[in-house]
Amino acid sequence: MARINSPAELEAFRSNLISGRDPNKTCITLCSGSACHASGSREVAASIEEEIRKQGLEGEVELRRTGCHGFCERGPIIVIRPDDICYFQIKPEDVPEIISETIRQKKIIERLLYTDPITNEKIIQESEIPFYKNQGRLVFGSNVQIDPKSIDDYLALGGYSGLSKALSQMSPEGVLEEVRTSNLRGRGGGGFPTGRKWAESRNAPGDMKYVIVNADEGDPGAYMDRSLLEGNPHSVLEGLIIGAYAIGSTQGYIYVRQEYPLAVQNVNIAIRQAEEYGFLGKNILGSGFDFTIDVHQGAGAFVCGESSALMTALEGKAGEPRPKYIHTAVKGVWDRPSVLNNVETWANVPLIINKGADWFTQYGTEKSKGTKIFSLVGKIANTGLVEVPMGVTLRDIIFKIGGGILGGKKFKAVQTGGPSGGCLPEELLDLEVGFDELSKAGSMMGSGGMIIMDEDTCMVDVARYFLNFLTDESCGKCVPCREGIRQMLKTLTNITQGKGKEGDIELLEQLAEVAGEAALCALGKSAPNPFLSTLKYFRDEYEAHIREKRCPALSCKELISFYIDPTRCQACMTCLRKCPSEAIIGAKRQIHVVDQDKCTKCGTCFEVCPSRFAAVKKISGEPVPPPIPEEARTIVRKSKEK
Amino acid sequence: MDKERIDQIIDKHHSDPSSLIQILLDIQAEHHWLPKEALEQISERLQVPMTRVQHIATFYKAFSLVPKGRHQIHICMGTACHVRGASRVLDTVEGLTGIKPGETDLDLKFSLETVNCLGCCALGPVLEIDGKTHGKMAPVQTADVLKNYD
Amino acid sequence: MSEILLKIDGKEVKAREGMTVLEAAQRAGISIPTLCHHEKLEPYGACRLCIVEIDMRGWKKLVVSCLYPVAQDLVVTTKSEKINRIRKMIVELLLAHAPDAFDLQDLAREYGADRDRFEKESSFCIHCGLCVRYCAEVKKKHAVGFVNRGANREISFIPEVASKECWNCKECFPLCPTEALQAAYVLTEALMSHTRQ
Repeated sequence: MARINSPAELEAFRSNLISGRDPNKTCITLCSGSACHASGSREVAASIEEEIRKQGLEGEVELRRTGCHGFCERGPIIVIRPDDICYFQIKPEDVPEIISETIRQKKIIERLLYTDPITNEKIIQESEIPFYKNQGRLVFGSNVQIDPKSIDDYLALGGYSGLSKALSQMSPEGVLEEVRTSNLRGRGGGGFPTGRKWAESRNAPGDMKYVIVNADEGDPGAYMDRSLLEGNPHSVLEGLIIGAYAIGSTQGYIYVRQEYPLAVQNVNIAIRQAEEYGFLGKNILGSGFDFTIDVHQGAGAFVCGESSALMTALEGKAGEPRPKYIHTAVKGVWDRPSVLNNVETWANVPLIINKGADWFTQYGTEKSKGTKIFSLVGKIANTGLVEVPMGVTLRDIIFKIGGGILGGKKFKAVQTGGPSGGCLPEELLDLEVGFDELSKAGSMMGSGGMIIMDEDTCMVDVARYFLNFLTDESCGKCVPCREGIRQMLKTLTNITQGKGKEGDIELLEQLAEVAGEAALCALGKSAPNPFLSTLKYFRDEYEAHIREKRCPALSCKELISFYIDPTRCQACMTCLRKCPSEAIIGAKRQIHVVDQDKCTKCGTCFEVCPSRFAAVKKISGEPVPPPIPEEARTIVRKSKEK
Repeated sequence: MDKERIDQIIDKHHSDPSSLIQILLDIQAEHHWLPKEALEQISERLQVPMTRVQHIATFYKAFSLVPKGRHQIHICMGTACHVRGASRVLDTVEGLTGIKPGETDLDLKFSLETVNCLGCCALGPVLEIDGKTHGKMAPVQTADVLKNYD
Repeated sequence: MSEILLKIDGKEVKAREGMTVLEAAQRAGISIPTLCHHEKLEPYGACRLCIVEIDMRGWKKLVVSCLYPVAQDLVVTTKSEKINRIRKMIVELLLAHAPDAFDLQDLAREYGADRDRFEKESSFCIHCGLCVRYCAEVKKKHAVGFVNRGANREISFIPEVASKECWNCKECFPLCPTEALQAAYVLTEALMSHTRQ
């Protein structure tokens, strides 16, 4: 591959590339993101290749391993182009049929189609499925068409034309102005205006400036950055190069978690390809602009998602945050001006430069422009990644796209913003998502995790869960965070174990104030949010735990008991066999009884008891009824004795 | 792990002190733990104080200062898995292996770690053993999965 | 060096550019409590005890004075109900670890902190980092450092370095506000002699 030396050469290369591709050629795109790998997409890929060979279709049918399609609930997913036939939950054994029926004879295989859970209608095309239909995929859309290991796939879709435009037709100030006018705000946390950050760095004194991609996505339950970096790495690189040009930086870093091996691999391949094509290195596209990118792997510390801690880690030190009274945009890595944005923010930049700030600002709300990718997970029917314009309501995301609550249960809360965010109750379902709207409600946008909780989720336990996470992930430098959240965790743990006492809520509130006001970094300052938001909207659950020793969600292990209703038990032995602690006493035709001393409250009996009997009961805040006397346990089946 | 191999890794990173974490990651990936001698060698070659090497090696979760078991169990404690009952999976694994997160059993059979999020939320609760993902785990299935390893 | 005028607790204070609010206050004889601050060491900002309120043309916020740079017309308040409440809690949190440390007891008296607010977990170290930073920044020996993170963070001597450097130095001992450092050293010493045998 010869280097591309000018915008004209790029366009010539692109048209040549596109004309060499037959749009009518059958192409099977298979989701090969990490989540689909876990559900077996590698095996499916292998059998597709084998079957293409076996059925003599080599050269006629192409297999393209793309990035994440987002509908992780139904993975592995294939889309057969150009007809856009979409099949879900493919197993290797389905493949021969797919090739012989659908590819060769254009016959649809009904059982692999999406079935609408409400209308029971089978849907063939991806675009007609409610999960996709109700989204607006500006950033994430190309994922389904691109093999992330192929720069040509990206170029065929118009890739690097934003960079070419910026370098040949715009001044760095012009690029900066366009980003500023677009009102793009940071997609990784606080929603700081990107243009303002860039300008601050551009205007800061110093010859050496850095641009950094924050791909240290540590929020448990959020994986949109991984999917972007895995699925469309060039879009992130292109944004970064454009940003570097605007700011006047010649060195970029990508800080990516080592827990994301596929993202690390794909981004390294992408950098190598971009260097080969001349989008990185010296004199990019003949503009005289030089820029290189290095990849730095994060070694596992949530706090490194915080910008100053990430920069400390880049320097090869333990990732402790630094005070930011002087912004990192002015004094960042090695005390030099450094602009750090998250993956999704960078991926928005080429779109803004290509299509203009006016195009971008038509999406979203007054203060939050564009779209946002959310990772919709937890007790939701359609787990996956969804991209919607800002301003869509939580209700639409959860019910229209997400398909409502798993197993027909009742919605209780949605947790947004990761450990720094909060839980929002049913009353707020009509809230329009945006940076300021979520913050006002006591949560935050964060990087876009959206964890759905149902009636079985205990909100005190959720607060305890996040504080436990943060106690472990705090760097331990400042007292309000290291000691304060540790004490909050102790108190919350006591409450969930039935050891809560009057005054605990007030103590938690005081500790929350100290962490919120006095901690060194954003991790500590926002650590009390999971507690504060659950207290605000679910105070009754706290009070039930403390005063009645009752867990209303029947979730906290120390506060619940399982017992078998003797009037319902049919002595079927199912629970007795499955109990891992041998805590169930019984035999054939002997009504079963839970030995409360042995029971570890794992809930297995409750789950395996056939629903037509529903004999196992879960209770909290009330004494366990005494076991039925031994002599009364024998079941006499009258019908059979006749 | 022999000294030459460590030197090779250090050379690959141009003996740059800012690459300290990257060097440790490479060694961890190859050797599965960081012996004290390796840390001392790095400290000397990079001219970085041992205090800093030690802080980093204990600060980041990817590193281990003790040998690991033959099978690495990772239990996802991400929020999605948590609300779907990950703690029950953890309880079961702890009960069956007799070790807590961060520990390795005496036979060096299993090492147990909890991880923040494996990003397979559709499959939650998720358990990963030696890189293989086992989804939709409940206590019973967990016990069945563990039986397959020795 | 240009001179900067600011107001601390209602008093006009002169300072030089690049100084912190804490330094400016100390020069003007206004006392702000600290635990992790030391004039020979780089500002650290870990104990957060020196928290103050600043008002920059009507824009108010809480900052730690050992790190916040002075600025023209800055208005600083070093004591208020809220500030005292935060300091009291910080002292209480630390007393759980080092209930008998004199510095903490003095602070407890000043801010009305309850020695028994939290369950005792006497690990003694309050993580002020004075020993670690003094050894690194002033002595350049790096004999003692931090290990682990979060609630498990500790100080730890590097035995090989300590056995060479510490026996005739021990300048960090008087800096320690608790007995944690000496205890850690004695332990290291014991380990060193044990391995030698």
